[in-house]
Amino acid sequence: MTAPTSPILDAHVPDGPIWAKWDKHRFDTNLVNPANRRKYDIIVIGTGLAGAGAAAALGELGYNVKAFTYNDSARRAHSIAAQGGINAAKNYPNDNDSIFRLFYDTVKGGDYRSREANVYRLAQVSNAIIDQTVAQGAPYAREYGGLLDNRSFGGAQVARTFYARGQTGQQLLLASYQALARQVGLGRVQVFTRTEMLDVVTKDGRAAGVVVRDLVTGEISSHSAHAVVLATGGYSNVYFLSTNAMNCNATAAWRAYRKGALFANPCFTQIHPTCIPVSDEFQSKLTLMSESLRNDGRIWVPANPDDPRPPNEIPGADRDYYLERQYPTFGNLVPRDVASRAAMRMIEENRGIGPLKNGVYLDFADAIDRLGRETIEERYGNLFEMYQRITDEDPYTVPMRIYPAPHYTMGGLWVDYNLQTTVPGLFAAGEANFSDHGANRLGASALMQGVADGYFVLPATISHYLSDWLNVDPVPTDDPVFVEAEAAVTAKIRRLLDIGGTRSVDHFHRRLGHIMIDYCGMSRSKEGLEKALDEIAALTEEFWRDLKVLGDNESMNQSLERAGRVADFLELADLMVRDALDREESCGGHFRVEHQTEDGEALRDDEHFAFVSAWEWEGEGVAPIRRKEPLTFENVELTQRSYK
Amino acid sequence: MDVRLRVWRQPKGDVTGEFIDYEANDVSPEASFFEMLDQVNEALNHAGEDPIAFDSDCREGICGACGLMINGSPHGPQQGTATCQVHMRKFTDGQLITIEPWRAAAFPVIKDLVVDRSIFDEIIESGGFISANIGSAPDANAVPVPHTAAESAMDAAACIGCGACVAACPNSAANLFTAAKITHLNLLPQGQPERYLRTVAMVETMEEYFGSCTNFGECETACPKNISIDVIAWMNRDFVAAQWKNLLKAGQA
Repeated sequence: MTAPTSPILDAHVPDGPIWAKWDKHRFDTNLVNPANRRKYDIIVIGTGLAGAGAAAALGELGYNVKAFTYNDSARRAHSIAAQGGINAAKNYPNDNDSIFRLFYDTVKGGDYRSREANVYRLAQVSNAIIDQTVAQGAPYAREYGGLLDNRSFGGAQVARTFYARGQTGQQLLLASYQALARQVGLGRVQVFTRTEMLDVVTKDGRAAGVVVRDLVTGEISSHSAHAVVLATGGYSNVYFLSTNAMNCNATAAWRAYRKGALFANPCFTQIHPTCIPVSDEFQSKLTLMSESLRNDGRIWVPANPDDPRPPNEIPGADRDYYLERQYPTFGNLVPRDVASRAAMRMIEENRGIGPLKNGVYLDFADAIDRLGRETIEERYGNLFEMYQRITDEDPYTVPMRIYPAPHYTMGGLWVDYNLQTTVPGLFAAGEANFSDHGANRLGASALMQGVADGYFVLPATISHYLSDWLNVDPVPTDDPVFVEAEAAVTAKIRRLLDIGGTRSVDHFHRRLGHIMIDYCGMSRSKEGLEKALDEIAALTEEFWRDLKVLGDNESMNQSLERAGRVADFLELADLMVRDALDREESCGGHFRVEHQTEDGEALRDDEHFAFVSAWEWEGEGVAPIRRKEPLTFENVELTQRSYK
Repeated sequence: MDVRLRVWRQPKGDVTGEFIDYEANDVSPEASFFEMLDQVNEALNHAGEDPIAFDSDCREGICGACGLMINGSPHGPQQGTATCQVHMRKFTDGQLITIEPWRAAAFPVIKDLVVDRSIFDEIIESGGFISANIGSAPDANAVPVPHTAAESAMDAAACIGCGACVAACPNSAANLFTAAKITHLNLLPQGQPERYLRTVAMVETMEEYFGSCTNFGECETACPKNISIDVIAWMNRDFVAAQWKNLLKAGQA
């Protein structure tokens, strides 16, 4: 499985001190002059924060942009569901924050498995994100003097999170969507809605364009461009039940992988500690309750697991505030991976609460006493309302019940410092790439990375690649590479429709989810992972033998859409498990039971695993090859992460 | 619990649709409305019948993709709640539930319960933004925004663009949607330079496709984000002011 002699990946990180790298790199980057930009076509797949942001920014610069989304409007991308906030190193609260501290917290929070230079750049551009989105009209929370308010998130001891109630993602996505809409109105960007990318097309080793399916008519068509940007989000839906939207999928990234783009750290997934627990077997998705709630909410379980009293009648002395007890320094604001595993231990020790004993309490009684109900309403009103809708319980009077759920994937397409994949001309931005969060993402950093990549990084780096192709037309869409790709896409759709089995797509997806959460979820063992490999292979075989998709390709067919996505999830699941097996250490969200400290914390092995695993597709039925990007830490000292 | 469903089925936009009755048995009262429909679709797929098509993505009431007319109410029986957050406990055992797509000329049916709302994008493209090129912004705290202005802007900006307001309106007017965006941007200091241009452009685009507002107020009741009809008054005020300013510019007032 591992090829120790394989070439080491070059991330093209610029020389020089960390604070000067981005500036130097921008100076060394070839430019495309404003009059020449209209000669370039760029395709952007996905219209979330990274995709809509990139499409808008590239349109503003003067490139011709085509943006694609499977949704009926660019405004519906799943960035919209991000709740709690966005980090920046503004240090407005005067609590000793800085670019270096944001960088340090992010590298440490990621358990030292991210690339220093990328993270530093992220921290550097973070402040411009706040400036830009305020100018675009994002209605952030304000103090009475009219200046911006901040709150705290996990893994930090400063308040650096900007927020718009519990709807920060919505307001930032709408800002990007509106910037994109402006470019559409000006004729610089074309948006294709209800259109799903089904393959990346390459010619002579570089990206030439994409094949897409119109989800209304079923028409398969090709689009060519000088460069292709994938901003298609993460793959948490491999678990079936996750906080992702129903249609979030890995198809674009997976197709790119099969066309030569390396896939990095697929086993680095984030199980978010505060979600509403599963209530029945028909459940279709899980709902997040923002990490920001841990600013004011306290997490506990009854000291006596058989305590018959309702939670609000259990006095403080009979409660175990286990996070405050185990991690006095960070308390309820430990990073997500730590909080999730602590909750998992409570359930495993049969100390869980709720009808299915599958949750822990998140309690606001103290905060309401201290701050008053009105303040809590202003801070979290929409989250409380969402909780009430789903559970029919009032969190102002009864503590919330929460449990961890798959939420975010740190792994993704491998990109260099320019956000370029190993396929020249193919770029990946936002959650779709792997670069900034290591083995665990800190809260309020996904929005930061999405906007940073789309608004500031990609528009600056893409010109270097484009400058070589001045006055060269994109590959025409009647070129054999496009004709063959369209034929392959059509054949796969035909194959899915022709199986004629007995089980629905959801049936297979649910079963895949069970395998993945049981063996490749919050804790992983060699034995379990090996079992998962076998079970995924058997499920894949059954999928292609017994799937039942009705209808045809020539009209809207939602089962067919899902079938294609699940076919790719099955393949991705296999790679995730291989990666989890290969990484014989625990770090961040990747917890191998064989590698833990005496108190059950993740135990890294820096000597052998301080690298990015980047997997290369070798063909159908052939084991992929793992390549390495060594991680060097010149500015942050590698230590055992401690939040005690 | 068991419920009876009367669902609008229409294979394609240009084919006539009809109501078809289904039964959903053994539904958990804890299931969401869409989980109930997922269950029905599972059974239809098993029986070899085309599953019911409907739009649904985030299932937490924020993306705005979903929207069903349930027993004649947009998004169903619960005030301030998108279809995806309605749960079966809001219905009674044995109840007949009629499910239709949004009905509005500007939202043609694509299939079954799925409609085309792309005109909403066109309204935003005509002016629902602040022209601030990326990279050109001043420090975020350079312009203070009064707390109340920020909060009121946020109230309006909570719109999820689902189209329930149009579906609820006897005139199929899109005033609540359009006014919510205009109000969000026009309340902020950053939105002032384009305030009147924006208002005129968006109102004119809206009026090309949608009916006129006659202050029924159904939109406010139907809105899953409880957006107040006050925003329409704000929009009208700015629209009138914009006309006045245009006259001034033309030397006619």
